Amino acid sequence: MKFAAEFRSRDLVAGIARNIHRASTGKWTLMEFCGTHTVTIFRHGLKTLLPDNLKLVSGPGCPVCVTSRADIDRIIALCDVPSAVIATYGDMIKVPGSRMNLSERRARGADVRVVYSSYDALALARRHPDRKVFFIGIGFETTAPSTAAAVIKAAETGLDNFHVLSLHKLTPPVIGALLEDGTEVDGFICPGHVCSIIGARPLEPVARQWKKPCVVAGFEPGDVLQAILMLVRQLEAGESRVEIEYARGVSYDGNANALAAIERVFDTTGSEWRGLGNVDHTGLVLRSEFAGFDASSFIEQEIEPVPDPPGCRCGDVLRGRISPLDCPLFRKACTPERPVGPCMVSSEGSCATYYQYAGEASE
Amino acid sequence: MRPTINTRVKQVSEVIGLVHGSGGEASRKLVEEMVGTYLANPVIEALDDSATLDLNGVRVAFTTDSYVIDPIFFPGGDIGSLSVNGTVNDLSMVGARPVALTLGLILEEGLPMEDLHRILGSVKRSAAEAGVLVAGGDTKVVERGSADKIFINTAGVGLIPKGLKVSSADARPGDAVLLSGSIGDHGIAVVSKREGIAFDTDIVSDTAPLNALVASMLDVTHDIHVMRDPTRGGLATSLNEIALKSGVGVMIEEAAVPVKPQVTQACDMLGFDPFYLANEGKLVAFVPEASAAAMLEAMRRSPYGRDAVLIGRVVADNPGMVVLDTAVGGRRILSALSGELLPRIC
Repeated sequence: MKFAAEFRSRDLVAGIARNIHRASTGKWTLMEFCGTHTVTIFRHGLKTLLPDNLKLVSGPGCPVCVTSRADIDRIIALCDVPSAVIATYGDMIKVPGSRMNLSERRARGADVRVVYSSYDALALARRHPDRKVFFIGIGFETTAPSTAAAVIKAAETGLDNFHVLSLHKLTPPVIGALLEDGTEVDGFICPGHVCSIIGARPLEPVARQWKKPCVVAGFEPGDVLQAILMLVRQLEAGESRVEIEYARGVSYDGNANALAAIERVFDTTGSEWRGLGNVDHTGLVLRSEFAGFDASSFIEQEIEPVPDPPGCRCGDVLRGRISPLDCPLFRKACTPERPVGPCMVSSEGSCATYYQYAGEASE
Repeated sequence: MRPTINTRVKQVSEVIGLVHGSGGEASRKLVEEMVGTYLANPVIEALDDSATLDLNGVRVAFTTDSYVIDPIFFPGGDIGSLSVNGTVNDLSMVGARPVALTLGLILEEGLPMEDLHRILGSVKRSAAEAGVLVAGGDTKVVERGSADKIFINTAGVGLIPKGLKVSSADARPGDAVLLSGSIGDHGIAVVSKREGIAFDTDIVSDTAPLNALVASMLDVTHDIHVMRDPTRGGLATSLNEIALKSGVGVMIEEAAVPVKPQVTQACDMLGFDPFYLANEGKLVAFVPEASAAAMLEAMRRSPYGRDAVLIGRVVADNPGMVVLDTAVGGRRILSALSGELLPRIC
């Protein structure tokens, strides 16, 4: 991966950091929407390279973190379906539901398998025709196409023991919802993986109507710093445009094939976000022609919406209102091994990142 | 009427989770709690890789380890070589010369006889390479489903040279931190063959006996403060345990830590950090700065220390903490593994 290595070069990073120091005069708060960016920032110690007048806040861009407790309860309910196998991305297994998480349910006899792609889940269904494989479709526009492709494949091959519980969520409308909700940031470091699917164009309303510059960034330290520099230059010049830093991965109009797969399999719907509540047009459900693959039809129990546990401030963390360090439970009642809220669960959750990389030291 | 999930149900009672076997924080807490509550004595409380006993004036290292790795055959080794090397290394890390070990086999009904032969062949070769005697053993068979193919327990004894004391509590400010080679090879080799993740890589496990390497290090000087083999939990977790037990700060240069490009690539793909991946044939040593150069030279002459490097130093500041100067020029704290990375890696 020579390509990535260039963006990890010490000289390149030092050069960009110098330019940021030179370019910034004002006090700016930038939100990195995506949890992967938060990890890059902490893992490479990037905050120690930035001037004091630049503040970075983490956003809601960790799909596990924004999943509601009721949705976890729905997965737990699926475990009770006879012959069920739950196939899920690893991060989901420790997210607390209202009574227990998937890992605890597994310790009590549920068959929960960690998979790395929807195709692994499809293969599982093929290998075990006598079992019902429930794939937990989670993620933003990044993973939705592969879930869609798996559903299309299952339909084409008549694989009737493969079912998807779609918890997929959409990015651009929730940035608007954040701003409407009063989150105070000056610009957005936008998610490169999501935009490799949807392109940069869907971010235009954020730049035009909300006057918040957006820069789509890659995930190497050089990428993130370069995006910060581009945002600072726009802000200092009083501009607000959509720019792409991650040109090697993102085109302005996105990936037409992937978008077509999403369009074919899913309808948009309102979706429950932890911290933000129900946001219109931010969820994906299987279209009626794929109803046979919809796992939600197997959930017989009524799942009630449940509030966050007492003291947990994941909602405020996800909206960029507070830093994980401001939550009274952080590192006390809430740790990656006994997480109270979901932001402490996913390896890309803001709280887990602050914990693992000792965020206190760089604030 | 449909049943409703009651949200006011009391906390479910605690059971063992895979996280307790991760080698990270939860494992450490569980072991400390069990030892503290039931097994408290001055020998076990040292919590080193091997216990050290005084038997009629002879200092003996004594250790046990169980191997439950999945898959049992992996690139570069198998559960047989791992169970010999792992115990040889635990003995070596307190400076002992491994002498003998026992081999306990727990076999699942249905294990192909051919697999058992292959594993024991590998036990034989590894024991011969390390120069240890397999002095005894035990075989149990359990019904299908009660174990996964084969679990192995080995216990080992070794002799500690007179006057030598190597312990993870003995790091001192001014020490140089030496690493015997690249990190993450074992973790990635095993993961690459796991059901559901399998991918192609030419990385092989680094499983190896480190007693010859340690012997060549002791030839330079007996003044070695700490040795650890960073297995489960990876280099980051071992360094944190040393920093905590010794009450010192450890500064590490990320750019100096060797990681093979294929390991970096696999980590990028899977979202792992090589600092937390298991190693089975590497050691980290803390030695006085004055002897660091000679020590590195000696390590590099030994086959399993060819890529040995200086990766950091010990300071009096920030006791109990490991600080990483990142390759791109930033700085951060390197924490111990928390949560569960991957179960059954050894």
